[in-house]
Amino acid sequence: MIKKEMIAMLLAGGQGSRLGVLTSKVAKPAVAFGGKYRIIDFPLSNCINSGIDTVGVLTQYQPLRLNTHIGIGIPWDLDRNVGGVTVLPPYEKSTNSEWYTGTANAIYQNLEYMEQYNPDYVLILSGDHIYKMDYKIMLDYHKANNADITIAAMPVPIEEASRFGIVITDGDNRITEFEEKPANPRSNLASMGIYIFSWKVLRDALIKLKDQQECDFGKHVIPYCFEQNKRLFAYEYNGYWKDVGTLSSYWEANMELIDIIPVFNLYEEFWKIYTKTDAIPPQYVSADAYIEKSIIGDGSEIYGKVYNSVIGSGVVIEEGTVVRDSIIMQDTKVGKNTIINKAIIAEEVTIGDNVELGVGDEADNVFKPAIYNSGLVTIGECSVVPDGVKIGKNTAISGETTADDYENGMLVSGGVIIKAGDNV
Amino acid sequence: MKAIGIILAGGNNKMMKELSNKRAIAAMPVAGSYRSIDFSLSNMSNSRIQKVAVITQYNARSLNEHLSSSKWWDFGRKQGGLFVFTPTITADSSYWYRGTADSLYQNLHFLKSSHEPYVVIASGDGVYKLDYNKVLEYHIEKKADITVVVKKMEDKSEINRFGVVSMTEEGRITEIDEKPLETNLSTVSTGIYIIRRRLLIELIEKAAEEDRHDFVRDILMRYKNIKKIYAYKLESYWSNISTVESYYKTNMDFLNREVRDYFFNQYPEIYTKVDDSPPAKYNCGSDVKNSLVSSGCIVNGTVENSILFKKIYVGNNCVIKNSIILNDAYIGDNSYIENCIVESGSTIKANTRYVGEGSPMIVTENNPLYY
Repeated sequence: MIKKEMIAMLLAGGQGSRLGVLTSKVAKPAVAFGGKYRIIDFPLSNCINSGIDTVGVLTQYQPLRLNTHIGIGIPWDLDRNVGGVTVLPPYEKSTNSEWYTGTANAIYQNLEYMEQYNPDYVLILSGDHIYKMDYKIMLDYHKANNADITIAAMPVPIEEASRFGIVITDGDNRITEFEEKPANPRSNLASMGIYIFSWKVLRDALIKLKDQQECDFGKHVIPYCFEQNKRLFAYEYNGYWKDVGTLSSYWEANMELIDIIPVFNLYEEFWKIYTKTDAIPPQYVSADAYIEKSIIGDGSEIYGKVYNSVIGSGVVIEEGTVVRDSIIMQDTKVGKNTIINKAIIAEEVTIGDNVELGVGDEADNVFKPAIYNSGLVTIGECSVVPDGVKIGKNTAISGETTADDYENGMLVSGGVIIKAGDNV
Repeated sequence: MKAIGIILAGGNNKMMKELSNKRAIAAMPVAGSYRSIDFSLSNMSNSRIQKVAVITQYNARSLNEHLSSSKWWDFGRKQGGLFVFTPTITADSSYWYRGTADSLYQNLHFLKSSHEPYVVIASGDGVYKLDYNKVLEYHIEKKADITVVVKKMEDKSEINRFGVVSMTEEGRITEIDEKPLETNLSTVSTGIYIIRRRLLIELIEKAAEEDRHDFVRDILMRYKNIKKIYAYKLESYWSNISTVESYYKTNMDFLNREVRDYFFNQYPEIYTKVDDSPPAKYNCGSDVKNSLVSSGCIVNGTVENSILFKKIYVGNNCVIKNSIILNDAYIGDNSYIENCIVESGSTIKANTRYVGEGSPMIVTENNPLYY
């Protein structure tokens, strides 16, 4: 009989609506990161580097990019005779067909997938965090404590603790209380959304809670196991870990990569991050170009000036253009004499000549002020920005815009242009 | 395609100087991200040739490492695949490959056990893009016995290292001269041939019987009046890298936007082994002008008119001009390097100065690294 000690279930179905137009056409785990990678590369690489060769990836929202990226798992050595990577979309059943309605519900609907590997432990991961972690060490810890559930948790500044699920532990790191986004946090240990379950405990809980609406790990499964007096432990993690769920945290995490010796270092031979390579050729930097404090992906052609930025592969930046403090994802073309300040520009965007991005003073976004803030200009994938327009701060653009969409050639700070009828 | 492919990658020559101490010419890094053999391999894959043999002999370690998986070029299928033939001692033969024809003779089984009617033979040291189907169409149209792909050379200074040909108006080759000391011809053989598989087997067996071992001298030149040998003129970019000067020049050609567009952006692609390096990083103090930079590089200094291959570290206040830095090299702070080819894996101490006079200087230095 097939036997895998631990398999991983990677939750990659969420939209990530707080990334605004960046996720209008792709699921959050498929969003590009760090000039070459996609967010899901980090948990997938962690799995293979930790010796986990069986990974189920649960998809639901806009899975095309994710499916193409994962394929049969070759970049992560997850193409295996037994196990490997399997993409698990929701499927129709003879009765009670439904979408994945919550994180735990999604895992419940794939009990059969897990059962065929006869695991002792199941690792639950989410596809929206940037970190390097050896899950094997966490499993050793789980075994040493004879735990039923181990939750990875990291200390966060106490003033930020109310944004997270907070665990309160006793002297042995056994969890005594669990608070979801508490107003007055009593501990600064935040759950990282990474769980190891002993298989029987997980299975029983999922079956018991199968009729729970929108069954969620944080809201239902963990509290349920807690009530059942299961042994829950916190595994304290002190390395680099970043939730890139908002535009500002996504931007910050990218910018941290360009530090002289980044806290999160991609250049170490140990614990490599793997990805599907879309571009092979080297990049070209022209005689008039200038690049400082930036990382630039393969196959890009830089004729302009780039400061403090993360540029993906296959990007063209024409002469006279100046890019500062920005993220430009792969295959985007930027015209001549354009100025780009503090922008996030998604894949395959075309920006015309003499455009200015990030001008003027900040103003609240008229559409979704909670999403488009921090002074960023956000442009969704495959968008077009015509020649000669000016775009303010806290703005968002999606779709093929023309000069007519810009009043007096300008999108003022806080403005939004969304074309092609996509509801974002 | 109705053909199998053979890439002759066994050779070595003195004109690569120290660069060939480490590797066969076919394994030379080219254009930042590639190896020389990638061009012929990708052309075969893109021409839908499914079964390809690479014949190696000289110092094949680096080449074998590069070819350790055939998936990068989309071979490794149930039909066909990538075969690597190194000389072995058998019951019949205990020789190394004594020449190109002999290397085919020693692997005659590969030719005999295939069923495709044609064979495309190419070398591992050409940088070019070519759809071999077009050559085959020409070969069939001319009812040729052998078709040789030829290139008219603009730069005549290099002609004496190639086989030169003259031909009639409709393309039949009348004269072949191998590496002539003096010639007024300017069309050279690129070392790419198409021939019917059965005819190749026959010619190779006959040459072996007569103890002849070289494909050009003992087959092409001897049979040029008996067999119909035609020339297919290659109009697009082609370069052979097998001297230090031409290797240097070919790499520098990629600083031209047209050459880059042709190889990097136009369909079909050139493939190579993927090695998962992170994107290149430019720190404060970096100033890169008119250069190619590959993945995994970290740049802290000035780089002008140069090619940085993969995973190069350029220290603070370094100046690198008109140079080629091969994979995994470390250039210590305050170094000055001009008109050089720095060998892969070199670790150059801080405050070093190397300037090549005339032809590029080949630099190999392996110091222990103290970070």
